[in-house]
Amino acid sequence: MYTSGKYSSRGPALIPRMKTKHRIYYITLFSVVLLGLIATGMFQFWPHSIESTADWTLDKRSVHDAPLIRLPVSSPIPERGDLSCRMHTCFDVYRCGYNPKNRIKVYIYPLQRFVDELGVPISSTGLSREYNDLLSAISDSDFYTDDVTRACLFIPSIDVLNQNSLRIRETAQALAMLPRWDKGMNHLLFNMLPGGPPDYNTALDVPRDRALLAGGGFSTWTYRQGYDVSIPVYSPLSADVDLPERQPGPRRYFILSSQTAIHREYRAELERLKEENGEALLLLDKCSNLSQGAASARKRCYKGQVYDYPQILQESSFCVVLRGARLGQAALSDVLQAGCVPVILADSYILPFSEVLDWKRASVVIPEEKLSEMYTILKSIPHRQVEEMQRQARWFWEAYFSSMKAIGLTTLQIINDRIYPYAARTYEQWNNPPVVKWSSVNSPLFLPLIPPRAPGFTAVVLTYDRVESLFRVITEISKVPSLAKLLVVWNNQNKSPPEGEKKFKCPECTAIDGLSLDQTHMVERSECINKFASVFGTMPLKVVEHRADPVLYKDDFPEKLKSFPNIGSL
Amino acid sequence: MQAKKRYLILFSTGACLILLFCLGGIQVPLSRRGPGRPHDRRLSGYGPGARCDDLTEHISPRQKRDANSGLYTGKRCRMESCFDFSLCERNGFKVYVYPQQKGEKLSESYQNILSSIEGSRFYTSDPGQACLFVLSLDTLDRDQLSPQYVHNLKAKIQNLPLWNGGKNHIIFNLYSGTWPDYTEDLGFDIGLAMLAKASISTENFRPDFDVSIPLFSKDHPRTGGEKGYLKYNTIPPYRKYMLVFKGKRYLTGIGSDTRNALYHIHNSEDVVLLTTCKHGKDWQKHKDARCDKDNAEYDKYDYREMLYNSTFCLVPRGRRLGSFRFLEALQAACVPVMLSNGWELPFSEIIDWNRAAVIGDERLLLQIPSTVRSIHQDKILSLRQQTQLLWEAYFNSVEKIVLTTLEIIQDRVLLHTSRSNLMWNSLPGGLFTLPQYSTSLRDFPFYYAKLGIKPPSKFTAIIHVVTPLVSQSQPVMKLLVAVAKSQYCAQVIVLWNCEKPLPAKHRWPATSVPVTVIEGESKVISSRFLPYNTIPTDAVFSLDEDTVLSTTEVDFAFTVWQSFPDRIVGYPARSHFWDSNKERWGYTSKWTNDYSMVLTGAAIYHKYYHYLYTTYLPASLKIMVDQMSNCEDILMNFLVSLVTKLPPIKVTQKKQYKETMMGQSSRASRWADPDHFAQRQTCMNKFANWFGTMPLIHSQMRLDPVLFKDQVSILRKKYRDIERL
Repeated sequence: MYTSGKYSSRGPALIPRMKTKHRIYYITLFSVVLLGLIATGMFQFWPHSIESTADWTLDKRSVHDAPLIRLPVSSPIPERGDLSCRMHTCFDVYRCGYNPKNRIKVYIYPLQRFVDELGVPISSTGLSREYNDLLSAISDSDFYTDDVTRACLFIPSIDVLNQNSLRIRETAQALAMLPRWDKGMNHLLFNMLPGGPPDYNTALDVPRDRALLAGGGFSTWTYRQGYDVSIPVYSPLSADVDLPERQPGPRRYFILSSQTAIHREYRAELERLKEENGEALLLLDKCSNLSQGAASARKRCYKGQVYDYPQILQESSFCVVLRGARLGQAALSDVLQAGCVPVILADSYILPFSEVLDWKRASVVIPEEKLSEMYTILKSIPHRQVEEMQRQARWFWEAYFSSMKAIGLTTLQIINDRIYPYAARTYEQWNNPPVVKWSSVNSPLFLPLIPPRAPGFTAVVLTYDRVESLFRVITEISKVPSLAKLLVVWNNQNKSPPEGEKKFKCPECTAIDGLSLDQTHMVERSECINKFASVFGTMPLKVVEHRADPVLYKDDFPEKLKSFPNIGSL
Repeated sequence: MQAKKRYLILFSTGACLILLFCLGGIQVPLSRRGPGRPHDRRLSGYGPGARCDDLTEHISPRQKRDANSGLYTGKRCRMESCFDFSLCERNGFKVYVYPQQKGEKLSESYQNILSSIEGSRFYTSDPGQACLFVLSLDTLDRDQLSPQYVHNLKAKIQNLPLWNGGKNHIIFNLYSGTWPDYTEDLGFDIGLAMLAKASISTENFRPDFDVSIPLFSKDHPRTGGEKGYLKYNTIPPYRKYMLVFKGKRYLTGIGSDTRNALYHIHNSEDVVLLTTCKHGKDWQKHKDARCDKDNAEYDKYDYREMLYNSTFCLVPRGRRLGSFRFLEALQAACVPVMLSNGWELPFSEIIDWNRAAVIGDERLLLQIPSTVRSIHQDKILSLRQQTQLLWEAYFNSVEKIVLTTLEIIQDRVLLHTSRSNLMWNSLPGGLFTLPQYSTSLRDFPFYYAKLGIKPPSKFTAIIHVVTPLVSQSQPVMKLLVAVAKSQYCAQVIVLWNCEKPLPAKHRWPATSVPVTVIEGESKVISSRFLPYNTIPTDAVFSLDEDTVLSTTEVDFAFTVWQSFPDRIVGYPARSHFWDSNKERWGYTSKWTNDYSMVLTGAAIYHKYYHYLYTTYLPASLKIMVDQMSNCEDILMNFLVSLVTKLPPIKVTQKKQYKETMMGQSSRASRWADPDHFAQRQTCMNKFANWFGTMPLIHSQMRLDPVLFKDQVSILRKKYRDIERL
């Protein structure tokens, strides 16, 4: 700090002493530097889909700086992954221990670069931006620990988000070389694009022993319920495009299909639906006149007409999310972001975070076979529900899909909830959007119980120093048969409570009796109400126009036959 | 070198370096801190999107689906690979029960299961209409050592003409395997059939195909069922004991580990865990050093006393994963603490067990006391109430267990009309929340507060007319005008259940709200509770033609209903009582200090109850009502109280219903008829019999306008009309 200060203080003194030719030289230099800086800025903030090719080399270099690990050919390969794994069989719960915060500790391995014996890296892309974001988010969270001995969960820095860029065997060997691997116990892998051509497995093909998999395209046959976590396929558009939330309500189109890689069988079926129902459906495809690349990802076409994607998603009530070769589709994220209700046609797909999210409130799931009935099925959904689902869809995106951070931390929270189930987040916490959280009433005494009379009640009498009326109240209330106990709270610090039945008179009593008539008293109470309402952020009190009376109250009926004859007689 | 030049070189080198850095020639090394890397936009994306998703034209999805059904069978069965959905499409979700074969003995429990299905609205006697098939061969007890074990099941099943490899069949089972390994194999090939099985392990459970059911005893009632033990909430919610257990200790073999270790956390004060070695013939042979002491301690405590006086109840696995103890704890409002690793909890597909139980881990037995002690009072209160909710919603009778099983499967079949998690896990429970009515939570009367929304602001009046229109001064005319004048009225529907043809339109009085006249279906009395599409509002004001009500009364009743949208709110009230001489239920219309029914001749309730009345109740009861043209209002009260577990609400009325509300009309004859009253007694008992319980609940409360009959000027009263005579 001190030296840099010294340099900068010398700076201004330097310039006046310069000659003109030097000055020109400096100006040129400065502008070059400035240009360089601007260029940097451009790279920082330019949509990255354009820079991706240029970045490629950069990325390779960054991984270069991580320590290099050479994998011997004979290095062990983990087992394929046991389909019968569950938390109680494949997870070492002793590492998590009992802690008052009920929070698991997560350790992240330092970044390493794995190559085979010939020096070829195990992954064609190395660390992706998304995986980097995910690891950063976790390391900034409360789950993180840098103490490997205290960790309950381990996350490798080996990026397996996209199986396409991996060399399966070598990646598996790299995993097995991790110092705490121990048959993958308590290790968590994140994968969004599993499988590869031609048959596209629905879970990561990298052998991984007992490691937990947070996977983005599980089918019911590969998902180990209660062990794996089904996660979304992150859409880069989440970060690039700002779609403002729209009020729930009817939209210009009823159904929109915007995916580009739809199997021709399904596209034909969608076309048929379009023929039957006309304008209500909008079927978009990629634009044939645009070249492949980043720009085309943001455009969709229908008969030569060009639409902006994902903005167009906001113009439809329902948006189709069909399976591709994989079950998990990044389009689901775009659709939710747009507040469009996803219509999911992907048989056997385990929906993202289905362990905690109630997808029935945010989506419509239709068997692929029923694609042709989609229009009729969606028409049968009540309007109110469509609006509810629009809101819910958007909320799911905001809370659980919008960033790699959201996806990563949600995954950890789900695992955390399994390890400390008695401290798990509730259904309401997971599923209620903030607007519902604020306005809903979840009574702590929600069970309708009609208590028996036998235990009676306890009377609590709050008193300051109006002893006269206190004794009157006590006398009256002790006549009540169901009174079990009477508790008097003496609220006067300056005076000790009267003893026993001894009565004493206080001269001020009569004056204080007129308390409720006191104007300032009413004003104070109004102020209280305003203060409370502002602290609560809402006015929880509700006005009703009814009052509870005994059934025969004031009826023309013999008083002695009434259960509560004296009510209202005061 | 001159200082100036030195600076120049230094400077330009610096600039070049910066430039190089900017253009990507040199990369600043990633932070060595490992995970704490800064957000780095220069890394490449992981690459989702169509580009790498569908490079190749993948195989036809239709072929892929067909391939699945051949590929995923047996232990990998799922609905889409082992179930034929097309059978359910034509006739909806119908269940067929095979006729009982001569000489086949059925256990009482299995008999109860079958009769619950046969009595349900899903039942069909025509296998051609069925979507689901249930065997009449007793598969409940597959323990070879058990006397209930049915031999030769394999052959018997293979001979069934409709078996079809087990497709669309469901097999109920409570016990499987036997000593020493207690496998979950049933001892015969179940083919493609689904299992509704107790004590099923996560390993064998096929998600979205099997159903995990609770283990229940042979004494479990068929219908009705025991109510939950909790009568009132206590705060703080702690009971005499914190955690209890009383049961067998297995000295060796499967399931013995946990029970053998229980003594470690027993403190004989608030954590009382008692075991006995005395079971089986040769227990003495295996007995260990602790047995005698444990056995003595065991005999000192009463099982039920502990059950009902403990905050938490330990439910460890036995030889099998499930135990009777689980349901017993639920009923006793003793929060179950599960110690049964790998047990797929009952109805896990729909029940959120974290709301009602503590899911422990056998490996962490020693932490259990500190875990349960760390649970906050609020949470205990909520867990305890949830045990009661679940017990009464899904477990307290064989019928509920069976219906829940069927509804779960129905939800899978009718995928897009299925219940959300909230419908299953909050009041009144999934069996009373039919998604075929609506899948929107807003359309039901139960979730307004949960969703933070207001109840509806308008109602539709339905006037049930049985006498012909002869004069303009008929009570129904006055009623129509009075109701239509209400500020909350959206529409009036006249339900013409009179034999005479519909009167001309102009004969009805002119009103500001639309009046629709519809003819009742076959002119039977149940038609007043049909869920007509023409009812535009959620609130229904049901009226008899001879009801006398003023606009003020209508307005007031509706504002009360808005506070109690799940209940019947109305005027004329009636009561039931237990007649101990005749050992039957009695019905009374006398003026009493309490009531349990509000007649639907002048009552507001949610439209959903029309749907529930029409679909939930069995045809037998509705036919009985129609034939007598009586009791429909009693049946509706039974139904609503069964759902809400609360009494209806009576509001104050202007004049006495008895004298003036029943005028000179023909309907009066119905009330004057002594048979009519006797019929209503009979109805009460028939209904109570079908429900298996008496759902009606008494109330002593009447809701009056706030200043009702108070000593203040009548001008200050909003509903002053109600006081005037």
